[in-house]
Amino acid sequence: MQMPAPDARVMAKKDHVLRRLMAVLPEDAVIHDPTATRAYECDALTAYRCPPLAAVLPASTAEVAAVLKICHEERVPVVPRGSGTSLAGGALPTADSVILGVARLNEVLEVDYPNRFIRVQAGRTNLSVTGAVEGDGWFYAPDPSSQLACAIAGNIGMNSGGAHCLKYGVTTNNLLGVTLVMMDGTVVEIGGAHLDAAGYDWLGVICGSEGQLGVVTEATLRILPKPEGARPVLMGFDSSEVAGACVADIIRAGVLPVAIEFMDRPCIAATEAFAGAGYPDCEALLIVEVEGCPAEIDEQLALIKRIAEGHRPVALRESGSAEESARIWLGRKSAFGAMGQLGDYMCLDGTIPVSALPEVLRRIGELSAEMGLRVANVFHAGDGNMHPLILFDANAPGDLERCEALGAEILKLCVKAGGCLTGEHGVGVEKRDLMGVQYRPEDLDAQMRVKDVFDPDWLLNPAKVFPLEASAGRRAG
Amino acid sequence: MMRPETEAELAGIVAGAEGPLRIEGGGTRGMVGAEGDALSVAGLSGVVLYEPGALTLVVRAGTPLAEVEAVLAGEGQRLAFEPMDHRRLLGRDGVPTIGGVAAANVSGPRRVQAGACRDAMLGVRFVDGRGRVIRNGGRVMKNVTGYDLVKLMAGSRGTLGVLTELAVKVLPVPEAAAVLVLEGLDPQAAVAAMSAALGSPFEVSAAAHLPEAGETWLRLEGFAASVAYRAGRLGALLDRFGPARVVEAPEEVAAMIRRLRDVEDFADRPGDVWRISVQPSDGPRAAEAVAAEAAIYDWGGGLVWVLVPEGHDIRPALAGLAGHAVRVRGAGPLASPEPAPLAALAARLRAEFDPRGLFNPGAMG
Repeated sequence: MQMPAPDARVMAKKDHVLRRLMAVLPEDAVIHDPTATRAYECDALTAYRCPPLAAVLPASTAEVAAVLKICHEERVPVVPRGSGTSLAGGALPTADSVILGVARLNEVLEVDYPNRFIRVQAGRTNLSVTGAVEGDGWFYAPDPSSQLACAIAGNIGMNSGGAHCLKYGVTTNNLLGVTLVMMDGTVVEIGGAHLDAAGYDWLGVICGSEGQLGVVTEATLRILPKPEGARPVLMGFDSSEVAGACVADIIRAGVLPVAIEFMDRPCIAATEAFAGAGYPDCEALLIVEVEGCPAEIDEQLALIKRIAEGHRPVALRESGSAEESARIWLGRKSAFGAMGQLGDYMCLDGTIPVSALPEVLRRIGELSAEMGLRVANVFHAGDGNMHPLILFDANAPGDLERCEALGAEILKLCVKAGGCLTGEHGVGVEKRDLMGVQYRPEDLDAQMRVKDVFDPDWLLNPAKVFPLEASAGRRAG
Repeated sequence: MMRPETEAELAGIVAGAEGPLRIEGGGTRGMVGAEGDALSVAGLSGVVLYEPGALTLVVRAGTPLAEVEAVLAGEGQRLAFEPMDHRRLLGRDGVPTIGGVAAANVSGPRRVQAGACRDAMLGVRFVDGRGRVIRNGGRVMKNVTGYDLVKLMAGSRGTLGVLTELAVKVLPVPEAAAVLVLEGLDPQAAVAAMSAALGSPFEVSAAAHLPEAGETWLRLEGFAASVAYRAGRLGALLDRFGPARVVEAPEEVAAMIRRLRDVEDFADRPGDVWRISVQPSDGPRAAEAVAAEAAIYDWGGGLVWVLVPEGHDIRPALAGLAGHAVRVRGAGPLASPEPAPLAALAARLRAEFDPRGLFNPGAMG
């Protein structure tokens, strides 16, 4: 993975830039000591690291605007950072960049139940947004698995999803408004407590733009009343393909579970050893959760179980209590931790049409055997968002390269099946150079024109999303 | 009128165009403010791919909405966002197309629960102002690969490109639907009742208040047993707003929702019609501020349809409220202006996507 060479002019004026930043921010909000900036050298994609020029931690929209104005005038690249949980390297610095962390922007500004929204500063963590309203029976729907740590700013940047998107959608479907600071320091309010836009849908294009169009400092989010109840059912199958076929049949039948989670044998074995959830010994299992009123739950689960029976399940276990529900979810929720116990792994994020699940799972199995690397599958099956985990040994020469090659093959397979490279993690630097697999040059050019409009000098979050050769002409300016 | 039959032909027409083009789907709404030679997308018609098991439909932009809905109904599915049919309100003929719906981000009563048209749109193909075919998004529900130009195209009224194909998420048609009717509430009380309903766990899929009828409507959908249970619970929850009547007959429910969705009550009356989007609790204030002759509250009060005398510009009266207004019937200004920095972005965006200013000049106000 290549990053552009740092701009020598910026590196040479580091002290000058720091002095200007310190003039507009409190002393402890400008981090420049080389040992301290190490904390910002990478995000959750730890394979790539680069300490930034400096990191700043503004505590207000005005401070963010002041920082951006200075960086704009000095032509210093800026890398916005939420909580640094990106799995795609979305917050990877360049040596000539300033990290703009939103961690100090963490207040709840307004909660309005009659109008069904919450307004927060964008550094607030995802789970704490729900935390602010759950006592009153409400929740914020998008629930990425990093929700304890990840910031709303990062969720907006990456258009984060989660386990419950099948029913509630992803971030873009739950975002009502933002305060956006543009690279030149201009502050704009977009959307609000009302629905939809009279002009262009700016909110829609900002969400998922990976921090390349502006810095979000505040967000108005849709909140929902909690359902009366929820109940999961666990089903084990003889093969991954059969489990995949069962998923497609459930969707086809007109029921809309709130979540359908999939795990295959390698993943089941690892989580059993780690968490001991008592999962059945089988090739693949599904956790299907439905929610709503008691009548709704009974009827939906009855239908789902009927469909599952047609696929000859080796196990079928409906929860009868809160404890049993927690036990059913235990293994799934500890899956990523459990896989970590097995050694190094790379987590992919390709999405495919649900109908293609059986075929794609079969093909992943073949590719895994061909390349001699084990692949464990654990993912949100209901919306086709796969997370194949490729197991490798970082200390074995050539293993990482083989792993990357297999990952690229699997992602190409997803695109070929009618899907995409990334369903919820984002492109970042990780999938940047694969963009050509999904999009033609003119498709990428159209996206880059939007970047030109918002950030003509291409200073925001450099070297992400677009292949370097595709953006070369623009970045040079 | 130019009426290409293929995307390539359409791209050729755009590439060779020497003056403004007025992009039309079915010509149902009549492009407000647009000028130039008519370019119809109606020739680009038909379903490209329909996978009921993946809840996705890929369809050419000129496909009649009725055809889309019939294809989906055949598999027990539908467009969740319930687009309105403008013909009665505008007194026009024409055949509404799916592309026209997308280009105007047309969403009906279910928007409060299931999201807008833009939320259902998964992917697009369009021809930009240089005559190039651009693809964005795809046909899967979760996709964060690159920028989301799909949302940008939704509601852009053909000013950034001519939509040629779109992929949409569809949903199953539930077994039953019912409407809970409250009577005699004033707009403030009606909005309070609707907020209580939408803030309950009973999954209300439409919440509207029709002051002239003196009725407040709350729709429930799902399995029959679930609808019956929720209707009972919701009625009890809203006890303080008076007794609730439950309408269950499918034809009657459908007729009520059509009346609301298509703003039928304003269809045969003189005057301009605007739609105002505000936070629900501001709905009554908005109707009062513009001195509406008549108002209909949808989306729990967040969407206010107002009937005002012809030529009456309601925007100055709304200056104190957050939100926006768009004129749907009548002549004159189209929509609330954007803040200056956004207007500047809009101008630059148009210049990037349509550098020769071909597409629907005047259509975004």
